[in-house]
Amino acid sequence: MKEDSAQDFITEEYLLNMGPQHPATHGVLRLVLRMDGENILDLVPDLGYLHRGFEKIAENRTYKQFLPFTDRLDYLAGMFNNHVYCLAVEKLLKITVPPRAEYIRVLVSELNRIASHLVWFGPFAMDLGAITPFLYAFREREMIIDLLESVSGQRLTYSYFRIGGVAQDLPDDFIVQAKAFCEYFKPKVDEYDTLLSKNIIFIKRTKNIGVLPKELAIDYGCSGPVLRGSGVAYDVRKNEPYSVYKDLSFDIPVGTIGDSLDRYNVRIEEMRQSVRIIEQVLEKLPGGEIMAAVPKVVKPAPGEAYARIEAPRGDFGFFIVSDGSDKPYRLKIRAPSFSNLSVLPELVKGLKISDVLAVFGSIDIVLGDVDR
Amino acid sequence: MVLEKLPIYLEKIPGGQIVITDYNNLLSWSRKNSLWPLTFGLACCAIEMMAAGASRYDWSRFGFEVARATPRQADLMIVAGTVTEKMEKRIKLLWQQMPEPKYVISMGNCANTGGPFYYDSYTVVKGVDTIIPVDVYVPGCPPRPEGLLFGMIELQKKIMAQKKPL
Repeated sequence: MKEDSAQDFITEEYLLNMGPQHPATHGVLRLVLRMDGENILDLVPDLGYLHRGFEKIAENRTYKQFLPFTDRLDYLAGMFNNHVYCLAVEKLLKITVPPRAEYIRVLVSELNRIASHLVWFGPFAMDLGAITPFLYAFREREMIIDLLESVSGQRLTYSYFRIGGVAQDLPDDFIVQAKAFCEYFKPKVDEYDTLLSKNIIFIKRTKNIGVLPKELAIDYGCSGPVLRGSGVAYDVRKNEPYSVYKDLSFDIPVGTIGDSLDRYNVRIEEMRQSVRIIEQVLEKLPGGEIMAAVPKVVKPAPGEAYARIEAPRGDFGFFIVSDGSDKPYRLKIRAPSFSNLSVLPELVKGLKISDVLAVFGSIDIVLGDVDR
Repeated sequence: MVLEKLPIYLEKIPGGQIVITDYNNLLSWSRKNSLWPLTFGLACCAIEMMAAGASRYDWSRFGFEVARATPRQADLMIVAGTVTEKMEKRIKLLWQQMPEPKYVISMGNCANTGGPFYYDSYTVVKGVDTIIPVDVYVPGCPPRPEGLLFGMIELQKKIMAQKKPL
């Protein structure tokens, strides 16, 4: 019998199936990995396990009826989905929203952005083996959820925005509570830094892992923290200001090389910037109406409108075509998670199997947003 | 947390006592206080399920904290979210992989009936009970964590009331 040596071993490629039931795929995503031992040769994401057909449902609902459905798209950021849908319909109807409503919209959106980033922060740390940050993040998130619940009555699917304004005014003690939350939250972000950002194990797991070059990010249509992590200072709030963002001062954090650690740092810094925006809005909040004059039956003139906002996951857009009836003729949703996920195969090629979670978690997708 | 008292008979003997109880009761009682859920989130409700397990609501108070990622070690499946036709086969497979005795909580309107996607959606299954048997339905879109905990406590009562737990 011939003596075996390491060179004579015949290795075979194999396929590894990850998901749709996997604790780290954050929902029902299936990843099919082509592996050589522990090295990843290729990755194919298999989508559609949460495809609910929003765009088709929209064609059978009136404009006002479709609003609650938008909450269920990116379910961590319900306020943003409401916002972009309302912006698109308001563009079709040519309605101007009262300033108080605009400020309230920005206020609740930024609170929601922090809540959304916290739900990313906790499970991301958990995927890398640290369970404590998850409990810390949810402790702070519950306080934001309490605030948002006091304005909208819901914890997750708010439906707080209306076409032409918001559903109701802020409760009496909301401003005091929100200020107290800002004061409470600022040192907490520093605490996260101490807990995780400077942790040597965490840095070793994320630094130089999943490097996304600037050009590749632009080619794939990435947006949000994924794009900014690669060093492109692109933010819809700055580049195409909507609502009252042009009156508010805030910075756009950017990364340098676009690895998982950069994307992590961008989101942590974004939480600080959101607190800054909330504090300015609480100072500037004007009085007045919260709803514009909107007809009982929304029937926009034939035409089309595209609205976009900066959601926690990136550039979120709604395209609506109206044929003059009370239902949209066609509605297209531009979901940031979908484009951000499409770059994943490029990022994990050549890495080890355990790095997939470090890269995947740093991209932060929501399957409701990907599959729609 | 023992919600219902176990029916026991105390036999006094010199220097102590002996607890006598029914074998079935003892089995149900220990089973209901250590339900291991499958970490299986489908959609929005999964976030509320995470919240139920996290800091404020903390389901480990009721014995649910050992969430397992593999169905072979779990005995409670919380169907949290919208079930689509593509996911249907997977859920059935997961349920079949779970060892007996197994329980299913249907969380949220989507899993109960199809919820807001009942009409006009070409992919959503109209209730997870068309695929697998469900023990407790929790309504809401999504249900609050308190709602889920209530549903789980109801399941504990149901387990305790089982005549033949084996």
